[in-house]
Amino acid sequence: MKLVTAIIKPFKLEDVKNALEQRGVRGMTVSEASGFGRQGGHTEVYRGAEYTVDLVPKVRVEIVVDDADVDAVVDAIVAAAKTGKIGDGKVWVVPVESIVRVRTDERGVDAI
Amino acid sequence: MEGIEISAGDTAWVLMAAALVLLMTPGVAFFYGGMVRAKSVLNMMMMSFLAIGIVTVLWVAFGYSLAFGDGGNGFIGDLSLSGLQGLVGQFAINGGVYPIPALIFAMFQLMFAILTIALVTGAIADRTKFLAWGIFAAVWVTIVYFPVAHWVFDFGNEELGGGGAGWLANLGVLDFAGGTAVHINAGAAALALVIVIGKRVGFGRVPMKPHSLPLVLLGAALLFFGWFGFNAGSALGAGQVAALAFTNTMVATAAGIVGWLLVEKLRDGHATSLGAASGAIAALVAITPACAFVAPWGAIVIGLLAGVICAFAVTFKYRFGYDDSLDVVGVHLVGGMVGCLLIGFLATTEVNELGKDGLFYGGGWGVLGTQAIGAVAVMAYSFIVTLILAFIIKAVIGLRINRDDELTGIDVAAHAESAYELGDSGGGGVLAGAGHHSHGGER
Repeated sequence: MKLVTAIIKPFKLEDVKNALEQRGVRGMTVSEASGFGRQGGHTEVYRGAEYTVDLVPKVRVEIVVDDADVDAVVDAIVAAAKTGKIGDGKVWVVPVESIVRVRTDERGVDAI
Repeated sequence: MEGIEISAGDTAWVLMAAALVLLMTPGVAFFYGGMVRAKSVLNMMMMSFLAIGIVTVLWVAFGYSLAFGDGGNGFIGDLSLSGLQGLVGQFAINGGVYPIPALIFAMFQLMFAILTIALVTGAIADRTKFLAWGIFAAVWVTIVYFPVAHWVFDFGNEELGGGGAGWLANLGVLDFAGGTAVHINAGAAALALVIVIGKRVGFGRVPMKPHSLPLVLLGAALLFFGWFGFNAGSALGAGQVAALAFTNTMVATAAGIVGWLLVEKLRDGHATSLGAASGAIAALVAITPACAFVAPWGAIVIGLLAGVICAFAVTFKYRFGYDDSLDVVGVHLVGGMVGCLLIGFLATTEVNELGKDGLFYGGGWGVLGTQAIGAVAVMAYSFIVTLILAFIIKAVIGLRINRDDELTGIDVAAHAESAYELGDSGGGGVLAGAGHHSHGGER
């Protein structure tokens, strides 16, 4: 099993969610995040005082998938999240040792 | 009083105006509260609400009497009206007899006293010991506001042959609703206080952005609304002078919004919501002393200039290195000065025969000179006395909370409360209640 984590632009969440649903992914965790990177931030001015806001709003999507599905899921996310402009985000994959569904006590792939 | 009857119309208006002016203090609380960071909004608002409590009690006990008591001199009133019971059933007398109850005049003036000290709170955001604030507020209104209100607002008791008037009122300083006694007074006190209390930890280095601009705009709207009571209510009647003051308050404020936003657009590239709110307040401050003495076109000039000048004045603190956190100096001291001095140019007896003719109406330099004396006298007295008072409080109990509390946020440290429970991890979302334990009645 693998954990796929994607950091994407907030307005791309719907596209990514729909693409994953079409791939048969039935669950994911979404959280708001802030990113610091090459996209840079923006400047705000309050009564003449300038502030640089260099943390950019992002959304983090996390999905645990069976090894066999990893490539398809990653491709789906990348295709859906892409705008071609700087700041589109990143997707990474890490191994998952074990997983339990709390309600049923199911373990492993059955719990995905 | 022989031959005088209560005017229901005048009384109704001044009752309403007093309530409008009271609303300005919560207005200040929202205006300033939105401008500080989320961790100190409650403390900022609480300083205003504590002022309502303390100043009202002192006003009844001796404040009104020190400001408007008839037996005093040009500098201060007396204690003859302590407790206010002596006002019950009387007419308001202030350089003439008004057909309204003396008690409502006392309440109307009370609201000015509360607002003036509440204005000072913006300078000392995030870092002031709450007890020290309470003590400061109580002593400050007693030794600064009550005397200065007497200087400017007490026109004496006609029945006593004009005796007991304040020295600036006798001098002929034109200050219709409090450019000197309220705004220059609060601004000068704020400057003295920030010099003694020092900068916030991280001032000029870490971001100190307003946490809620909608709150700022709400506060500005309440202030704007209440200000009609402040200015038009100062006519103490529902007549021509009130109508002129009302009109000038509206048009000056409109011009102030335009003026401040023009500066921002040209200087910074964007017209901001904080700028619109600030321009409105700067213009309201400047028109306050002038609202019954200038023509509406003069009010536009005053509002526009106040908006433009104050938009530059609020940046001085970075150049000179004083942490007047929410620009009480840049808006109230500078705006008050603008209004008081422009009377010297724009005042005209064509709109109010009780006023004077300024430079543009052939009145010579005398009016401007008198205005300058009033403005500088109030500024100097307020600055010096506040400086001494602040040093004493600092030496005896300290003015500041400790550094760790300031960094964590004064709301929790001073009030054991936090303003918002909105975020997921803050308790309002899916984690609501997690990590919270009730002590019930055990504490």
